[in-house]
Amino acid sequence: MDWLTALGFGERGWGPALVDGAVMTLLVSIAGLAIGAALGSLVAWAKLSGARIAAAIGEGYAALFRGLPELLVVYFVYFGSSALLTAVGHLLGFEGFLGVPAFAAGALAVGVISGSYQAEVFRGAFLAVAKGEIEAARSVGMGRWLMFRRIIAPQVLRFAIPGLGNLWQVALKDSSLISVTGLTELMRASQLASNATHKPFTYYVAGGALYLALTAVSDRAFGLAEARATRGMRRETT
Amino acid sequence: MFLRLLAALQVTLSVWALSVFFGAFIGCGVTWMRVSGVLPLEWIARAYIFVFRGAPLLVQLFVVYYGLSSFPAIRASVFWPFLRDAFNCATLSCALCTAAYQSEIFRGALAGVPHGQIEAARACGMSGFLLFRRVIFPIALRQALPPYSTEVISMVKATALVSLVTLWDVMSVALKIRNDTLVTYTPLLIAGAIYFVVNYLIARAFIFIEQWLSPHLRARSA
Repeated sequence: MDWLTALGFGERGWGPALVDGAVMTLLVSIAGLAIGAALGSLVAWAKLSGARIAAAIGEGYAALFRGLPELLVVYFVYFGSSALLTAVGHLLGFEGFLGVPAFAAGALAVGVISGSYQAEVFRGAFLAVAKGEIEAARSVGMGRWLMFRRIIAPQVLRFAIPGLGNLWQVALKDSSLISVTGLTELMRASQLASNATHKPFTYYVAGGALYLALTAVSDRAFGLAEARATRGMRRETT
Repeated sequence: MFLRLLAALQVTLSVWALSVFFGAFIGCGVTWMRVSGVLPLEWIARAYIFVFRGAPLLVQLFVVYYGLSSFPAIRASVFWPFLRDAFNCATLSCALCTAAYQSEIFRGALAGVPHGQIEAARACGMSGFLLFRRVIFPIALRQALPPYSTEVISMVKATALVSLVTLWDVMSVALKIRNDTLVTYTPLLIAGAIYFVVNYLIARAFIFIEQWLSPHLRARSA
């Protein structure tokens, strides 16, 4: 059976499994990035607010997850979250083992790692917003939530897009580590296919090619987003 | 338990050191192709960087270790004694991956050399290798150090992946201890502490090198 049949969508082809894996990779990466955005913006807020204890906690969190290997974090979150959930269940009177689904554990792991880098991206993006904007908003009488919604968030997002595009690519690649938890994303799907058919080269290269396709499309999408977000802004001519 | 993990640190550090070292050379070559001005070379370099930065390192490791060994032609070739060993495959794969990132760092550093310095050097009559050795390289080296330290630390973290291609590094020994003794978190915590300390030491070393290389930027003791 040549490689075209092996990767195809016919009866004995593994094409559908790989595509399903790619979709799962996308979903878990999006979930991870979202969790990371929530954590990252909290940490950035803590650092920017000047409250020393909160800033120290944020700094510690960022330093911790930048110094640990991603694989270790995946294992730790996977084993730890199930144990935590079981402990909580025992407290509430539930007997037995409560397992966290692999998707949730994987997304949480990717999110926690991504959050530590996203904190810096958001902090830098916030500092890049012109101070005059916030002053003007205050002088017009905008409340804090309105100011955040109307002024701060759109501009921070605009400056954060290049960094976030980079971190999205990192999240896509880190999601391949979630395969160790058994979640059938693209890496695990390639592994299952290669183990079943004893053709490791075909399926790992195909998996790699799908990751490259995801990367290339993401690159283009973020480029378009950046072009749209920075439309009308004065550019430095180099 | 701690001593067993420390012994496995030797595997981790040797994979890391060898892949960063060889990756630097390959990266230099790729950067040279990328800025050469010869279009086919530039395309090859850009394709290399795209592939090795776009695909996850785990996929690259599996392709080199499991994929290459499935070809009878490779098993019969002169490379087989090298590619048969998991350590060699892992180091090769990590080196190729880090070379792509390092090449981008070098390219950014070269582009960051102020054009005025190069103009002045040329006005003095410098060209070719002398220009590179005296002007471009020192400035580019200083500019490359911060992102380079980040990449080197990323490489330490990436070596944890070689546990998945049957190498006994800190990560796999920690998991084995966990399986054998059924102690759930301590091996992982100690492994994490080991990685954290190694990364911290590397970061400090790079800060020291950066300060050593920029005496003109340090505060003067008057």
